[in-house]
Amino acid sequence: MTFQGYLRPDGKAGTRNYVLVIPSVGCSQIAGQSIAQGLKDVVCLPNILGCGQVGEDRELVKKTLVGFGTHPNVSAVLIVGNGCEQLAPEKIAQGIAPTGKRVEVIVIQDIGGTTKTIALGKKIVKEMHEDAARLNREPIPLSELILGTECGGSDYTSGLASNPAVGAACDMLVSEGGTAILSETPELIGAEHLLARRARTPEMAQQVLDAVAWWENKAIAAGQNIREANPAPGNIAGGITTLEEKSLGCIYKGGTSPLEEFIPYASHPTKKGLVYMDTPAHDIEQLTGMVAGGAQIIVFTTGRGNPLGTPIAPVIKITANRDTYLKMRDNMDIDVSKIIEGKETVQSAGERILEEIISVASGKATKAEKLGQRDFCLFKMNINI
Amino acid sequence: MGDKSQAIVINEKDNVATALEPLNTGAKVSSEVHGRVEEITLLSDIPMGHKFALKDMEEGEAVIKYGEPIGQSTTKIARGEHVHVHNVVSQPRGGS
Repeated sequence: MTFQGYLRPDGKAGTRNYVLVIPSVGCSQIAGQSIAQGLKDVVCLPNILGCGQVGEDRELVKKTLVGFGTHPNVSAVLIVGNGCEQLAPEKIAQGIAPTGKRVEVIVIQDIGGTTKTIALGKKIVKEMHEDAARLNREPIPLSELILGTECGGSDYTSGLASNPAVGAACDMLVSEGGTAILSETPELIGAEHLLARRARTPEMAQQVLDAVAWWENKAIAAGQNIREANPAPGNIAGGITTLEEKSLGCIYKGGTSPLEEFIPYASHPTKKGLVYMDTPAHDIEQLTGMVAGGAQIIVFTTGRGNPLGTPIAPVIKITANRDTYLKMRDNMDIDVSKIIEGKETVQSAGERILEEIISVASGKATKAEKLGQRDFCLFKMNINI
Repeated sequence: MGDKSQAIVINEKDNVATALEPLNTGAKVSSEVHGRVEEITLLSDIPMGHKFALKDMEEGEAVIKYGEPIGQSTTKIARGEHVHVHNVVSQPRGGS
């Protein structure tokens, strides 16, 4: 099976064709936004970090921004710096250069102010956009697709229907040789040993267990014991018996394939099949991490409804709650509530989801894209100094 | 898929089904999983979203949903009986 995508110089394939403006620091963020403003298919990342950061955060911000720059949904990149920031704009450019795409750097302090920087930046991105507009979509095997999975605003329909349906779609994508990313480590708590058993190697199984322990201890240090607080009384009243059951309802959106690889936040999978990325459960930080890791498309299940998107990768919203679908038609892409009504099988809904993944990967706009939902949030572990 | 299902079996390995609507004791419920149709006579009232057993279980047997053990039975559970916190606990971790 194939989708219609954009083939990039490094052999990767995009589902979209954006010119990306990356402010290397919060100080140049508004200049970057002004450069992209009003230009179709030119997107600026709303980065407010890049300076005053300590420890692993310095590396995390660079890794995430480089991940967006190297992303196959991006044809060319303009980096806008201020000049004295901790994260040198040239370092971001160096990280992107190996993809073979055009990368330019402009610096406010060197050019002499915001006004001149915006004028020069607009000239550069217009050229980049003209070059990008000459590219055509071509058939790409589904094995080149990296699908990110996410659930947010969950309710009882999520674990029963929308997550299993997405899981069925993931299994089909994996059987086509493609890649599905499962993440949201805090939501593994209680079922981490079951996911770990699906890991290809004992080392990978241990990585899953260690990642859960790290998040659990962080939460406990902040005063929240997730394992003891769940399943909550409301969950039990709704029919959830154990924490394993609750967490499996979330994990099941990745399907039933063996776990081929464990990767840290914002890292690129090196294996195909089901891959685990260690991310927060915070929706926007999680989406940002998966896109930085190369996911060209996301499926997002929700029960109560959710509007989120990403700056450069389309997000398909799926709900099995009929009321939510009807109330939030402008946000929801796929209704799988017939599973809850007992009128459609999980497998059949999964087939419909895979068809929509192929359509969207080939250019069909999602609701979040139509609404301009370019949500972006960098994950950080420490305070800014 | 034919008529409306009243319960869902998520994975073919599962030994419980989840009610998609409130179901009453004595009701005959059929649900389909991967083309296999299960017909069960309910021995308890099952609220919507709650589980019932697809087969007889011994005490200490793994309760399977999503193809994975979600816990173990604390007593014998008969096919068609309500499966919840009164007869299931998390499986002990480690050493097993």
